Parts: sequence; C-alpha cells; structure tokens
Amino acid sequence: MIKRLFSFVLLTGLGFVFYYALTNITASRELTGVSAEYAERGAAELGAANLVTAIVVTYRGLDTLGEVSVLFLAATGIAVLLRRKKGYVQARSEDKRGSSEILKTGTDFLVPIIVMFGVYIFMNGHLTPGGGFQGGAVVASAVMLQFLSNPSYRLNHTVFGFIESMSGFFYVSIGILGIVLAGGFLDNRILPLGNFGSILSAGAIPVIYTLIGLKVGTELAGILDNMRRDA
Amino acid sequence: MELQQGIFILMGVAMIVSSIVAMYVKDLVSSVIAVGVVSLFASILYLILQAPDVAMTEAAIGAGLSTLIFLYALKRTRDTEEEND
Repeated sequence: MIKRLFSFVLLTGLGFVFYYALTNITASRELTGVSAEYAERGAAELGAANLVTAIVVTYRGLDTLGEVSVLFLAATGIAVLLRRKKGYVQARSEDKRGSSEILKTGTDFLVPIIVMFGVYIFMNGHLTPGGGFQGGAVVASAVMLQFLSNPSYRLNHTVFGFIESMSGFFYVSIGILGIVLAGGFLDNRILPLGNFGSILSAGAIPVIYTLIGLKVGTELAGILDNMRRDA
Repeated sequence: MELQQGIFILMGVAMIVSSIVAMYVKDLVSSVIAVGVVSLFASILYLILQAPDVAMTEAAIGAGLSTLIFLYALKRTRDTEEEND
C-alpha cells in the first residue's frame, strides 16, 4: 500500500514537472554562444560544406572518438560472451531451412547497391548529410541482408578484424598528427583544405570519416555474426 | 502547414500505439517487430523535421540491425530453455 502511494506521488510529481517544462518551453530562434561561433566560423575554418560533420569530426572530435570506443567495447564484450564453441556449428548448419527465392534474388541484386550507398555516405560525409556512423550502419545492414538470405554464410573474421583494428589505429594516429602539425587533437587541417564543396576537400575529414565508416561497419557486422551463431 | 501538422500527429500516435503494443503483446517476436516499427516511424519523423543524419542512423540501426539482434537473442534464449527442459 505504502509502495503504491509512493509511486503515485512520484508519478504525479513527475507529471507536474513535465507539464511545467512543456508549457514554459520557448524554442530559441537564433543561435547563441558556442553554436553561433561554430556556425559562423565552421565553413571558413574547416572547409566542410556539411557543418554537422565539421562539428562532429573536428570541434567535437573527442566525443566521436569516445563513441567509437564505446561501440568497440560493446562489440568486444559480445564477442567474448558469445564465442564460438568448436565443432558445434557444422553439425547444425545442414538442417536449416533455406530462404525463399524472392529473398535470395533480391539479396543478390541489392547487397552490392547497399554497400555502395554506404560507402558513398561515409565518403561524402563532409558534403552531404550522413557520415561514418550512418555509412557504416548501412554497410552492416547489407551484411545483415546476406545473413538473412543465406544462413550458412560465413564472414572472414581475420579480414574483418584486421580492417577494424587498422582503421581504429589510423584514426587515432591522424588525431595525434593533428597535435603535431595543426591546432590540436583531431584537427583536420593537416591536409590542404582544397576547393570548398569538392570531394577532396575539408582537409582530413573525408579520411577520418572513411576510417570511422570502415570501423563501424565491420564492428556492427561482427556483432551480428556473433549473435547469429548457434553456440 | 496543416498537412505537415497532420503528419506529425499521425506519426506520433503511430509510435505511441506501437510502443504500447510492444509492451502488452504476449508473443515476444511480435513485440520485437513493434519496437522496430517505433524506430521506423521515428526515422520518418526525423526526416520530416529535416534531420537526415539522425534519420539515417535511426532507420539503419533502430529499425534494421537492433531488431535482428533482438530476434537472434530471442532465438538463443529459446534454444537454451529447450536444452534445460
């Protein structure tokens, strides 16, 4: 009884707080403080047509590195918890029901296109919406489609692990190069800024986003593969 | 403007309904699918609100990958339950 009363009081209180917050909310019409600074100086300073990318990769690059390492830890944790037991998979994989012809044909047709779209997203991260995380997730969803249509499909873990660790290594190395050659950690001006709006512009942003895209894509594909296996 | 508001309300109601379905439906697979539907509507909403970056992430991870990961997890736990019986 006391417990119920307590939760009732708590919920009413929260309701009041949210109601108060919602009725008094005023969306700000102009940028203030640090966001105004970013919007004003970003394009001229970093040469990226997509301002979101300029902020995510350079001004807030350390946060992005943190996100990448969180994802890496999650993938590692899943790999440790669900590691393969030898000899079990082969026994099980034969009695699986194959997928339908529509799914198979659709997958064969769509997977290359989806991978290409993902690569396009992360390579054009400094020009168009999207970037390393989005592109990597799209690439991983192509792998997901492949898993769905072909249950006995195997990922080459050596190659995937190599790509993942190399891109992580080079990402941090570029960040450190920024300290040595330019203004600070993950500064993109270690490479020339180039023509505003062309594919090879915005300094190191395309390189960094390609590395992040490869890393995120291989990590998410690895998570899917570890979850999928019959342990 | 009117049409846009209508779409907002429609998407919001659809999200709330599918999250309630996800909570109360008995079958766990349907529940997982309902969670995926919430993400799908959310990504459309983000796109209308002109946040294509977030919409892409939500569609690929929320609606696609995490749904499948939940389904795999469900399958794994069921396999273990059968073994223990």
